[in-house]
Amino acid sequence: MRAPLSRPSARVGLTLLLLLILATSAAAWVERHLGVDAQSLDIMAQLAPPSAAHPLGTDDIGRDLLVRLLRGGQISLMVGLLTALVAALFGTAIGLTAGYLGGATDAILMRLTDGVIALPLLPVLIVLGAVDPAKLGLSTELFRSEGAGLIRIIIIIGLVGWTTVARLVRAATLSIKVQDFIRAAEALGAGPCHIMTRHILPNVAQPVIVATTLSIGNIILLESALSFLGLGIQPPMPSWGNMLSNALDQLYNAPALALWPGALIFLTVLAFNLLGDGLQDALDPRAG
Amino acid sequence: MLRHVSLRLVQSLLTLLVMSFLIYGLISLMPGDPISLMAAGSPSMTPEDVARLKALYGIDRPWTLRYGHWLGAALEGDLGYSRLSAQSVTSTLISPLTNSLALMTCALSLALLIALPVGVLAALRQGRALDHVFNIAAFAAISLPVFWIGLVFIIIFAVGLSWLPASGVETVGGGGGIDRLRHLALPVLALAVAGFGHYMRYMRASMIAVLRQDWIRTARAKGLSWPQVVLRHAMRNALIPVITILSLDLGTLFSGIVVTETVFAYPGMGKLIYDAVTGADYNLALAGLMLATGLTLSGSLLADCAYGLLDPRIGDR
Repeated sequence: MRAPLSRPSARVGLTLLLLLILATSAAAWVERHLGVDAQSLDIMAQLAPPSAAHPLGTDDIGRDLLVRLLRGGQISLMVGLLTALVAALFGTAIGLTAGYLGGATDAILMRLTDGVIALPLLPVLIVLGAVDPAKLGLSTELFRSEGAGLIRIIIIIGLVGWTTVARLVRAATLSIKVQDFIRAAEALGAGPCHIMTRHILPNVAQPVIVATTLSIGNIILLESALSFLGLGIQPPMPSWGNMLSNALDQLYNAPALALWPGALIFLTVLAFNLLGDGLQDALDPRAG
Repeated sequence: MLRHVSLRLVQSLLTLLVMSFLIYGLISLMPGDPISLMAAGSPSMTPEDVARLKALYGIDRPWTLRYGHWLGAALEGDLGYSRLSAQSVTSTLISPLTNSLALMTCALSLALLIALPVGVLAALRQGRALDHVFNIAAFAAISLPVFWIGLVFIIIFAVGLSWLPASGVETVGGGGGIDRLRHLALPVLALAVAGFGHYMRYMRASMIAVLRQDWIRTARAKGLSWPQVVLRHAMRNALIPVITILSLDLGTLFSGIVVTETVFAYPGMGKLIYDAVTGADYNLALAGLMLATGLTLSGSLLADCAYGLLDPRIGDR
């Protein structure tokens, strides 16, 4: 095993990522500087070309493109990170339980995992996005607020995004649970919960971290696709995905509107993929 | 071999059954119900009428019971009536299904046609300049959002150069085979870019693992030429894991279809499911999702059969 960032691809990915985080966290400063926010309309400047007042121009209802890109970036990054975390927690719990308990529990959990993998992801997410919270017995008031849209998309993608981590953790758990230190802990009378969280979990952390990093890129792609289809982050809250679906209507008038959000999604996903791939190479003992 | 395949067939059917239950449950969580939608459209209906109709169609019963009813009818080939198209679901599905299959087959073939040779080439040149160039290209391809590739292609080829049409399956009024191919070009290209990155990386990794094996050296030692070793021995073995991953990737391909069809306004399964869900056409959404799941599952089943043909060891187990 080598230093996690020994690979050039990991370093490029991390640098790119830090730059993106730095840029998006400057959103508030840019807003103050330009005197607009992501929602403010400038009716006199619809589809305006880049100028001092609007460094990247404006969209079809006169909102500043740069500010919306930065705010949208904050949301995309946040959704990506939080969803990956939720999915990783879920996957780790399922993988640990299946791997350690074995038997029927393992069989049921793994068939469930196979089933979720077989699902056509985006169509299922579309239906999940359309689920009526009232039919689940949840108050609809709860889902009106702005933050609820975010939580909703995090849960939706988290529900289907855990399979890779679950399989990795199960495989790692299977090889760890037969080792002597686990047998010793069992002989000392430690319960399954204690063994899973205290003894096995620390030993499976590494593959989980790599898989989670690699999944963030995919999650950001899914979120942007859902928002593009109008089922993810809802306007007026900007996200790179819903800015693109707006751009689709303006394709013949203002093709530039479609270039920026897509390029930023691309760079973000690329950054996470490079980082994850580099980590995987560096931490994989088999790689030469 | 036959036993292996039939066992997998039974497993797949069971998975499909479990999935149909879950999907039915999900659809029943969509807002509203068909009778309420009907009542909203005709103000003369009294609440008693609504209750009577709900009882008649069984909508007042729990969804688990309704699922049993739906399953029974579906097994006899009756998938119900589509609200949006005012036709039976089965006849509504046919044209989008053929459109989507055409799109998927073309995109998959194009992506594989480029990705497999490039993957092999990169593996043979591992660590050299050519490998790096191909790797960067594949990395870029997997990081690109499919719908954005579509938008950029429209901007370049339809808006800028006016070479190809930006949307639909054919010119209004019908335009023959060439016209359909021209409409297919941009969506196929957009989907193929995304597929290329994945498949090339799988092929490269698998090929590198195979080239390290001892029997590659043995084959060389017994006097086979390098092209013979690569083409007849290494590639055939390297393809096996690629086929597995490919079959697991069919779900991803289907996801790509949904966004691609939306961008290019291409009337296929993805757009159908999307329209059915947003338009509260429950029967159609249900059938569309089931068909998509069935496609994904049969993909992995096919891969398993191909597996047995490529690797004779599997049949013995």
